[in-house]
Amino acid sequence: MEPPSAARSSPLGENRRRSSPPGRVFARLREPWTDRQAAWRLGAVASLVLLIIVLMVAFVAVRAWPVLQANGWISWLGTGGNVDHQLGQMIATGQHPPDSAYHLRAWPLIYGTLLTTGASVLIGLAFSLLAAIFIVEFAPARIRAVVVPAVRLLAAVPSVIYGLIGILVLAPWVGSHLISPGRKDSVQNVVQIDGTGVLVAVVVLTVMITPIMIAIVVDALRAIPPAWTEGAAALGANRWEVVWSVSVRAARPAIVAAAVLACARALGEAVGLSMVSGSRGFSPNPVDGITYLFEPIRPLAASMVENVDAINAPPVRASIYAFALLLLLSSLALSIGGYVAKLPMRRQGLRV
Amino acid sequence: MTIVPPTAALRRDAPRPAPRGDATRGWRWSQRLALVACWACGLALCAVTAAIVVYMGVRGVQYLNPELLFSRPTPGLQQHTTGGILDPIVGTIVLTVIGIALAVPLAVAAAVWLVEYGRPAPLARAVESGIEVVAGTPDIVIAIFGLAIFQLPLFAPLSFTASGGGVFGRSFLAAGAMMSLIALPLVFGAAREGLMAIPTHVREASWALGKTRICTIRTILLPQIRTNIATGSALGMGRIVGDTAVVVVLLGATLQLERQGDVPILGNLRGTGSTLTSYVYGASPAGEGNAPQKAYAAAFVLLLIVLTLNAAVDLLGRRKEPRA
Amino acid sequence: MSTHDRVVDPFLDDAVPALPPPRRRVRLDRTPVPVPETQDAPSTRVRTRGPGGPERMRVERLSVHYGDNAAVKDVSLSIHAGEALALIGPSGCGKTTLLRTLNRLTETTAGADRGGRVLLDGTDVEQLEITALRRRVAMVFQQPNPFPMSIFDNVAYAIRVQNRKRPSRRDLEPQVVDALRRAGLYDEVADGLDRPALRLSGGQQQRLCIARAIATRPEVLLMDEPCSGLDPRSTTVIEELIGELRRDLAIVIVTHNLAQAHRIGDKVAFMYLGDLVEWGDADQVFGAPRAQRTRDYVAGAFG
Repeated sequence: MEPPSAARSSPLGENRRRSSPPGRVFARLREPWTDRQAAWRLGAVASLVLLIIVLMVAFVAVRAWPVLQANGWISWLGTGGNVDHQLGQMIATGQHPPDSAYHLRAWPLIYGTLLTTGASVLIGLAFSLLAAIFIVEFAPARIRAVVVPAVRLLAAVPSVIYGLIGILVLAPWVGSHLISPGRKDSVQNVVQIDGTGVLVAVVVLTVMITPIMIAIVVDALRAIPPAWTEGAAALGANRWEVVWSVSVRAARPAIVAAAVLACARALGEAVGLSMVSGSRGFSPNPVDGITYLFEPIRPLAASMVENVDAINAPPVRASIYAFALLLLLSSLALSIGGYVAKLPMRRQGLRV
Repeated sequence: MTIVPPTAALRRDAPRPAPRGDATRGWRWSQRLALVACWACGLALCAVTAAIVVYMGVRGVQYLNPELLFSRPTPGLQQHTTGGILDPIVGTIVLTVIGIALAVPLAVAAAVWLVEYGRPAPLARAVESGIEVVAGTPDIVIAIFGLAIFQLPLFAPLSFTASGGGVFGRSFLAAGAMMSLIALPLVFGAAREGLMAIPTHVREASWALGKTRICTIRTILLPQIRTNIATGSALGMGRIVGDTAVVVVLLGATLQLERQGDVPILGNLRGTGSTLTSYVYGASPAGEGNAPQKAYAAAFVLLLIVLTLNAAVDLLGRRKEPRA
Repeated sequence: MSTHDRVVDPFLDDAVPALPPPRRRVRLDRTPVPVPETQDAPSTRVRTRGPGGPERMRVERLSVHYGDNAAVKDVSLSIHAGEALALIGPSGCGKTTLLRTLNRLTETTAGADRGGRVLLDGTDVEQLEITALRRRVAMVFQQPNPFPMSIFDNVAYAIRVQNRKRPSRRDLEPQVVDALRRAGLYDEVADGLDRPALRLSGGQQQRLCIARAIATRPEVLLMDEPCSGLDPRSTTVIEELIGELRRDLAIVIVTHNLAQAHRIGDKVAFMYLGDLVEWGDADQVFGAPRAQRTRDYVAGAFG
């Protein structure tokens, strides 16, 4: 059914007289809109969003170009030298730097990002799945009434507060109780370990991304048609088997979506991680054993935040935009990856 | 075969509740282990939440006194000389107001266009995907983008311009604009959900009376999604209040609200300042301030604001149910 | 050949005049009249039954209350192997509740109180471990509910769940194929056992659910209005299937379609508002009902 379209001018239009041009513009906007005008105006506003995104990608790419050009498209992602040192050099070169000032090998930062994101998403996913199954299936009503608001609360806490607790409580505890002086001495020629590092960063990041994953998985588990769970129970499956082999299996698209969302959040976490990760562009070496967990790192987003004061120096600006470009492309790749992962599930008849 | 009389005669066994049985009888050991793991995760969740809330509460009450709320921060080396947190609180409020004031019209207009008009269809799909992209973009990238935009000479009036001609690009207006991008997907999602929940016959009834589509939207649909917009705004405000990256990049990180130029309010908007989040970041050992007690106090206030907004969202959500 | 080849479809076949479906007459001494084989269906077996099946389940004075509402009041009957017991009655009379009590599915509903007992082969079902009970008493639901997995995984589900160690596909395959054959579905899906089960038609899905239920060879098969959502052709197929399956199992089928109860039931139990009004042989309940209410219901006075 189609709505009627109004006349072009209202019956009272002739009586409204505004002398100044802005008055006339506002008067014209205040007259009743026709549907065609409305569609055009609202559509323009909606397209503004698209424009903003296009501008965002364009600006970031253009500003990142000098670093990409100076270092080669791929090799700036690799290893070679101390990235902190390289960034420091960039800051020192002033407004008209020579090409050599753009030298950057960002692998330690990328490694730190992959390490923290990967570890926290994996641990968080396992934890969230078990917690979601607990909430939906096994929790007595009274405990469920406590756990569900707890999850909502955790999701609402700002990341800077997690970072604060991490740096004022967790890191000192790790530094004094888990790291022996001998361990500190063993690496003191290379790097200082004082509690902030891989372990605390992963713990804090996991706590940050778990509540969102739990919420998504719980919603999905609750939306499973009871015909399936009842059918499984009637076939002789016990409660765990019903949940695991039917509900969780049917909720796989939601689990993928939760993982993608959590990954995106973990990649972009800047301030919280810059507080607890040790803030050194350093690649922890797994060969070091347990010490590996305490070595400092600095993910990409945290690097951006920490270097933003020096953004007036052109090489630093180009580097920061290069990191931003990398993060943007990663988010895009994640979305596409999530979509591709859900395709085979669609075949089986799951609602994706 | 006998006929059983239709009414129950003697019932020797009184009805008893369904047998509970042994809950895990017959389970494999791996399944019992999984059950234990589920319980452990659930209880750990409660424990972590309780620990965070209790710890922040204890520290906050310990370090927060009313004079902190009303005195301005001053730079200083010792903690007791660094003043209060009035400016960060004002900064948070101002930034949230600007962000929501920009986000709500944009989001509602986009939602209305998408649900009610939506032609051409590829554009509608593109807008929808675009808002999802904005929702998924890290806030640090949005902040950096904001810096790129607001450092253009075009936007010089919105912030401070240095004597050499370089636009500073950092001000409340700049930060507020980017905060509106952060809140936009939340308000958009809520408004769209509200619009899609209104059945078609409501619109058709209005059209049958001769109203145009836009008039229907303005007089019937928009009032009905007021609660949805409020919920979305509360969610967006929660996100704005808790965001640090945009503030650190785009607000200039001065402790006090610095006015730019002489015009009273506009000057402040063009000027720099801080919010609770950037204050906490600065006062923590990761920043320059190194005033952990003030950091706890500010974090406590921040937590209270966020929890209040959360409770408002819950309340709005529950108020919608009986009406629907 | 699959079972549906033997069906004369009254809606499609105009050349042959519609014949009433063959009815087996049961004499009191329980030897059935043998059904003559039809010409074009060499696989039709004569439907013989042994000299009375042993009693599989017995319901003794069962009552089920949901709060103050009595869904089932003081019902006693017995279920024998080799027979199909049809539970009939108007909506809300408690027949579905009675059915679900037989495999203890009523316990999943909060607030259900039970009185009386149900015996499976002489053992109270409450003494049995609940999953062990459900392995011996399987159920098929009103709406077909195949899991979102392949056909093979659906049928193998019960077998996998009931085995301590994980059986390999090679071990499962013969059991799956056998179950599909007994359910009359194998010929239609033999070439694509790994296709998604949700792609099948409604009648095929219901037969898949039957195959899934009988894969582990239960003793009793409970069916809750299995044909209510299906077209007449699928209904006929499934009714034939029930006739076949009844040889090995005891079947309890809830139906509010009187003609269907007449076609496939050996014993019929008529329930009204929670009470068991009449229970007996199909011929007797339909032909010469003793209670007035049964007479009214069978004649269609109320529904």
